[in-house]
Amino acid sequence: MDKRLKGRPLVAGAASGRALVAATPLSLWGGLDPATGNIPDRRHELCGQCMTGRIFVMPTGKGSSTASAILAESIRNGTAPAAIVLARTDPIVALGAIVADEMFGKTVPVVVLPKDDYNAIADGDQVTVEPDGSATVATETGTGTAKKGTGTCSAFGLRSSQSPFSDERKETS
Amino acid sequence: MKLSDEDKRMLDGGRGEGTALAMRIVVRMASVQQADELMDVTAAHIDGCGLLSEVGVAFAERLVSGGARVRVPTTLNMGPLDLKNWRAFDVPKDFAEMAIRQGRAYEAMGCVPTWTCAPYQGYLTPRFGQQIAWGESNAIIYANSVLGARTNRYGDYIDICAAITGRVPKCGLHLTENRRGQVLLRLVDITDEVLSSEAFWPAMGHLLGPAAGERIPVIDALPANATDDQLKALGAAAASSGGVALFHAVGLTPEAPTLEAAFGGRRPEETIDIRQADLDAALADLSTVADEGQAIDAVVLGCPHFSFAEFVELARLIEAEPGRTVAPGVTFIVATGESSHALAARSPNLDVIRDFGGRITLDTCVFHCPIIPPEAKVIMTNSGKCSYYAPGELGVEVVFGSLADCVRSAATGGVCRSASPWTSD
Repeated sequence: MDKRLKGRPLVAGAASGRALVAATPLSLWGGLDPATGNIPDRRHELCGQCMTGRIFVMPTGKGSSTASAILAESIRNGTAPAAIVLARTDPIVALGAIVADEMFGKTVPVVVLPKDDYNAIADGDQVTVEPDGSATVATETGTGTAKKGTGTCSAFGLRSSQSPFSDERKETS
Repeated sequence: MKLSDEDKRMLDGGRGEGTALAMRIVVRMASVQQADELMDVTAAHIDGCGLLSEVGVAFAERLVSGGARVRVPTTLNMGPLDLKNWRAFDVPKDFAEMAIRQGRAYEAMGCVPTWTCAPYQGYLTPRFGQQIAWGESNAIIYANSVLGARTNRYGDYIDICAAITGRVPKCGLHLTENRRGQVLLRLVDITDEVLSSEAFWPAMGHLLGPAAGERIPVIDALPANATDDQLKALGAAAASSGGVALFHAVGLTPEAPTLEAAFGGRRPEETIDIRQADLDAALADLSTVADEGQAIDAVVLGCPHFSFAEFVELARLIEAEPGRTVAPGVTFIVATGESSHALAARSPNLDVIRDFGGRITLDTCVFHCPIIPPEAKVIMTNSGKCSYYAPGELGVEVVFGSLADCVRSAATGGVCRSASPWTSD
């Protein structure tokens, strides 16, 4: 049975496609090649995958403030994901989609889902995003397994009661 | 959303089409950030002038043709081209022409042509508590943390919109209540020798990004005699490996005179102990290849842009290896901005670097301008930020080393390290 999810649209729009789920935040600068849609960041677990046409799911973005320019250029080039689904608001990701909309009348929807809804999307699921920020997951077609919440506190073996990539934290911006 | 009369006038086109486009983007971003009103900023730093792209040129030229001018003093991040010396580098002419168009558009809007990613090293340095709209992740973290100015992470293109309108969404790090520390990082049994080593700062920054996540970290304690360049290296690395826009260092940064002040009287949500093994792991993670003797094709320095003090130190290290020069086949690049360069040019240091075989570029960097030979496979750097981004952005292997290691390795053409990374020199 399809799962119905309800989130907040940062950039409204409709799209559908297969989910590509990132367990950890990705900086789109260094993490998305706007010419091809590929993920070239060798430090990220999705390195080598292609975002084009996918529902790209990540906890939030990080790093460079050039990420918005990369997303806008990717939308212009037609290499962007079909939609972006986040667990937490990332203004820089939303900005790239807004600038492309203002400049070219072309954008990708960006949606923030609450924790449980966010965790309901597994890699490979068929996902449809609606302009009101709701999403539908066709569960029977899912092929992957959810990876979210498995980020460890670190690549560097820090001891921590809470993963820096877990979804429990409050919004800070 | 509450808008002032002047906000509405800008939005409705009363200040021209360019300003209206800028205001539409500011208002849409306020909605994204769930801000119910806008606030004034009194300075801006533009990152959107850096990446050369079709969107970048089209956006800047649309603003210019719509009559937009900046309302507040606005500095420019490094751009895609050394505007004075690009012909000395092997930059394709069509790339250069497009870069010049993009640069001219930003200058036409009244921006100060600083062309540097280290705007805190020169003209128009923000004041404590000043409300600003800054782009460039390393500049953002420095302005918030070290200077105590207040900016959110402004991404490419809203930065110029904020400069044109003088307005930003009222939220996030502009507000006192959102600047309190949230997670405590305690340095446990880290020796003074390690704390005074060059590698400590980028390694600590590299570790800080994932440890903090989107929370505001408080470090207890960094050495009270930390230099601007050390804090620059730490911040740049932390804003690359993570999304850190503000950190506090107890007894060092202006909003953290004490541990209690850093947390605004609250308790840390989490405490993480940083030990030597964590620094060792972070340092190792900065290199994708690290073998002694590994051939290198380029050395990249000045990420973020070299300061005057760094030029002095580089010249000193070169002079410590008398008679040696950059090995054939190795490109040795130092990136900087006009103001640090002008200071360095008043001493013999630049000649020492040039005689060694170093090439100094202004206004730009290896990530935004194709000045590293395309056949380069391995680069070496002393920057945590450059180490982080080089594999993805340049498609190269990266070796992290101290400035001294970079000089020695450039001279031999292969990785040549001092015995321990945790000693000075």
